[in-house]
Amino acid sequence: MRIPCPYCGPRDLREFAYLGDASVERPDAAAPDALDRFVDYVYLRNNPAGRHREYWYHGAGCQSWLVVSRDTRTHEIFDVEPAAQKVTAS
Amino acid sequence: MTARTTTPGRFRLPAGGLIDRSKSVAFSLDRRRLYGFAGDTLASALLASGRRLVARSFKYHRPRGVMSAGSEEPNALFELRSGARREPNTKATTVELYDGLEATTQNAWPSVHFDLRRGNALFSPLIAAGFYYKTFMWPASFWERVYEPLIRHAAGLGRASAVADPDHYEHVNAFCDVLVIGSGPAGVMAALAAGRAGARVIVCDEDFMFGGRLLRERLKVDGAPASAWVRAALDELGTLTDVRLMARTTVFGCYDSGIYAALERVSDHLAVPPTHQPRQRLWRIVAKRAVLAAGATERGIVFGGNDRPGVMLAGAVRTYANRFAVIPGRRFVVFTNNNDGWRTAHDLQACGVDVAAIIETRDSVPQSVSAGWNGRIELGSAIVATKGAGLVRAAIVQTPRARETIACDAIAVAGGWNPNINLACHHGGRPAWREDIAAFVHTTPPPAMMIAGAANGAMTLAACLDEGLRAGQAAIETLGFKSRVEKPPKADDEAFSIRPFWHVRESRQKAFVDFQNDVSAQDIELSSREGFRSVEHLKRYTTLGMGTDQGRSTNVLGLATLAHITGRSISETGITSFRPPYAPVAIGAFAGHHRGSAFRPIRRTPSHSWSQQQGAVFMETGPWLRAQYFPHTGDKDWLDAVIREVRAVRTGVGFCDVSTLGKIELQGADVGVFLDRLYVNTFSTLPVGRARYGLMLREDGFAFDDGTVSRLADDRFFMTTTTANAGRVFQHMQFCHQVLWSELDVQFVSATDQWAQFSIVGPKAREALRVLVDAQCDISNEAFPYMAAGEITICSGVTARLYRISFSGELAYEIGVPARYGETLVRVLMQAGAPFGMMPYGTEALSVMRIEKGHVAGNELDGRTTARDLGLGRMMSTKKDYIGRVLAARPALIGPDRMSLVGIRPTDQSQRLRAGAHLVPGNAAIDASNDQGVITSVAFSPSLNHWIGLALLQSGAARLSERLKAVDPVRANHVEVEICAPCFIDPQGERLRV
Repeated sequence: MRIPCPYCGPRDLREFAYLGDASVERPDAAAPDALDRFVDYVYLRNNPAGRHREYWYHGAGCQSWLVVSRDTRTHEIFDVEPAAQKVTAS
Repeated sequence: MTARTTTPGRFRLPAGGLIDRSKSVAFSLDRRRLYGFAGDTLASALLASGRRLVARSFKYHRPRGVMSAGSEEPNALFELRSGARREPNTKATTVELYDGLEATTQNAWPSVHFDLRRGNALFSPLIAAGFYYKTFMWPASFWERVYEPLIRHAAGLGRASAVADPDHYEHVNAFCDVLVIGSGPAGVMAALAAGRAGARVIVCDEDFMFGGRLLRERLKVDGAPASAWVRAALDELGTLTDVRLMARTTVFGCYDSGIYAALERVSDHLAVPPTHQPRQRLWRIVAKRAVLAAGATERGIVFGGNDRPGVMLAGAVRTYANRFAVIPGRRFVVFTNNNDGWRTAHDLQACGVDVAAIIETRDSVPQSVSAGWNGRIELGSAIVATKGAGLVRAAIVQTPRARETIACDAIAVAGGWNPNINLACHHGGRPAWREDIAAFVHTTPPPAMMIAGAANGAMTLAACLDEGLRAGQAAIETLGFKSRVEKPPKADDEAFSIRPFWHVRESRQKAFVDFQNDVSAQDIELSSREGFRSVEHLKRYTTLGMGTDQGRSTNVLGLATLAHITGRSISETGITSFRPPYAPVAIGAFAGHHRGSAFRPIRRTPSHSWSQQQGAVFMETGPWLRAQYFPHTGDKDWLDAVIREVRAVRTGVGFCDVSTLGKIELQGADVGVFLDRLYVNTFSTLPVGRARYGLMLREDGFAFDDGTVSRLADDRFFMTTTTANAGRVFQHMQFCHQVLWSELDVQFVSATDQWAQFSIVGPKAREALRVLVDAQCDISNEAFPYMAAGEITICSGVTARLYRISFSGELAYEIGVPARYGETLVRVLMQAGAPFGMMPYGTEALSVMRIEKGHVAGNELDGRTTARDLGLGRMMSTKKDYIGRVLAARPALIGPDRMSLVGIRPTDQSQRLRAGAHLVPGNAAIDASNDQGVITSVAFSPSLNHWIGLALLQSGAARLSERLKAVDPVRANHVEVEICAPCFIDPQGERLRV
């Protein structure tokens, strides 16, 4: 598999490390139900067959954390964006 | 004499073929000297010299001969070469003949001609499919000790060399616009179309000669013999600078994003690889487009005695005749269900070979096919059995009128062609059955792959040329190139028609489907009878298609037989999945250079070569090589050296290279906040010029890593991680910064390799250090107290950083200098420290001192311990959020019965402790239910003169001075131990602060 890194261009899978689901958001530790929400955040993941947004780390390249939209069945990649952008934009 | 022995072989035609008759090649089979020509394969040379019985089958030890002329060969397997290079199960049909080639027959004793294990065949009713499962069920304990060794001895193929492979294997990456797989008519046309347009093209063919089918047929292209046409085309491709032609290269896998794996056999056609050349090269080819023009593989027909040496695929017979000028027989019978068999008969006749009869299963054949044939034809007929002891002597033929015996010494079988769609299926798409050619094709190949020619079911030469051209054009036009080839060359469009015929059901003799694994039609019936009716079940129950040939020729026969038995169509029955690799690949090729000391890169510390000169013993810690201890003459053993090093440090001064620690430089207004969220304790309050120990958790609440953070300026921090976790911590910090809190003003960079760092330890550390620190820097206890940190200069102006931190419990400093000064600093330290007895020490002494002081390290930070378990619970801030805080508060992580850190010592001080020993109550039975903890670290303490250890023990902190048994069943060593606080020296920490 090759991932088109927005900074480095298409690069081989071996340059990247995988983390998983990028749809989860770290909960507020001060929330009254923080414990439950953190359990979900750390342990509960969807495992969709199809399009999935997930975190990849370009460790052997620019060291960016990326959000990759990928079809888990075909490995087709639809979109790659820097994870940092997500927060800056909001 | 020489002339006689180098004759081309009894079965070689006097002229013709694509061999070089001017170059005689000597080789040996079972130490008998034989000769062939350059351009031969081992199989063609063996056939030329009349060696037709060359192997014994896997299970029944039946005599077997060469069946095919390609990588689908199931029978002709040999051990090639000798000594460390001995390689079993090599297919003779793919081995290019070279001078000095040594081949040995395998799986037969004492020889292939007289194999005593032939007796297995007498028990063949017993060893049918699934018999292992049924027969060797009882008693269960017999399987491992009796049955399996017995079976493995009786069956099985060649012997692997037990010695290390002396050859090299390389990995190479390549990129291209168009990858063309196969160099037959379709592949060559695709390559021409793409190459002439200026695209970057790679053409791979598993053969050592390009041309595929064009080398094997008596067909004409543009009026010239096909082999001449393809030579000219290849010459042209060779002149195009962006076209790379790779012979002897098998594309064996198709992966995501247009990545193809290919194995180039660089030196397999030579006795020994040339100097600096690898044996094989593993290519990772990234192709924007690919044209799969891999051709088709012929299959036979299942009939009684169809495995007798002399029975061959009809296309292979043609290949041997036309390409190698070898006629593997004197009198042929052709058995066919399609037009292609007739071509073999015509070619044989053109070579002047006797064809006794064409046995055609169809009731009629097109006029164009039989035109010009004046030999015997039996329509609507089939071979039901063969005769012969060893080689075939006759075919027993059932015609519509009678059953008759036709004498012959070779049978050419044409059962149709299977398009080589394997690579197209590696992405998981399912092949589709095409009735008109009675074969599976692939209509939904992976993205950017086009299938052309016989691989796409185009069974005529003209169609192959045309499809190849169109695929090549389509590939480049989508990439923006313009095709400069208008139309394909003219070729004979020989008609192809087939009426499927799979299995001669009248056969009484064993009729084989899979030759390599000895799977017969009877086995498939048995499998179906016992309920294994899906193709995947059939495959696993009978081992159909699970040999090194992967059933490329025979799988379809097996599932057609199954379809017939179960009354389903072939389409409904389906086909087993094709997975990489297409052909066997040596493990060495996957390993490449990554073996032995090159398994992974080695990282060396700045003091490495100096330590080497001192005779240091090194150990691997992750990717690093670190000095473990420095033996002196007079040390009895390693323990002696370590004790000497520790004593020298605790009474004088020593130093140790700690450059392997992960080092990270941080800058920015929000670094303090960032570190507060990263560590359990607080750093935003850390004053400039001070260092602080920190502990990080994972988000699930368990301890992750520890280290120190120093504040060099308001917005400038320097932190260290453990050696083992340096990469992971950095990645985690990047995640926290980029994903969680990208609004923070923080920049950081790894500086592990930029700083050489040494710890200088011992009561005389300050005195020794003073010699090299420049005078204006005050390092007195008042000016530079415990946990101070700052920039200084040493040796008249070299910038350095000094940290007063200790891992040993002694007065200690860590000093960092730019890495290029590392080795010089070691020499300066030795010189400056000489009057104080400066002693270099290694990781062993480092570890002994940290255990004496009770500091945790990797053994305790094992991913299952919490901060509280490690006695560091009081560091956990309650005033802020940090990674892992919430989940660290889960009840199970704070329960009082968790295992926590304790010290242990043997009650009998002469006894040795062992790491890994488990702690059980003294009077309890030694079993898992009484297991209350484990010893994580042990050391012989030179300060206390007995063994000590750290352990994780249930409710440990509450059990001080309790006595337990440390049990070590592996070494059969049980020691009574006493629980103590995890700190054996200077519990008040006074020595740190002097």
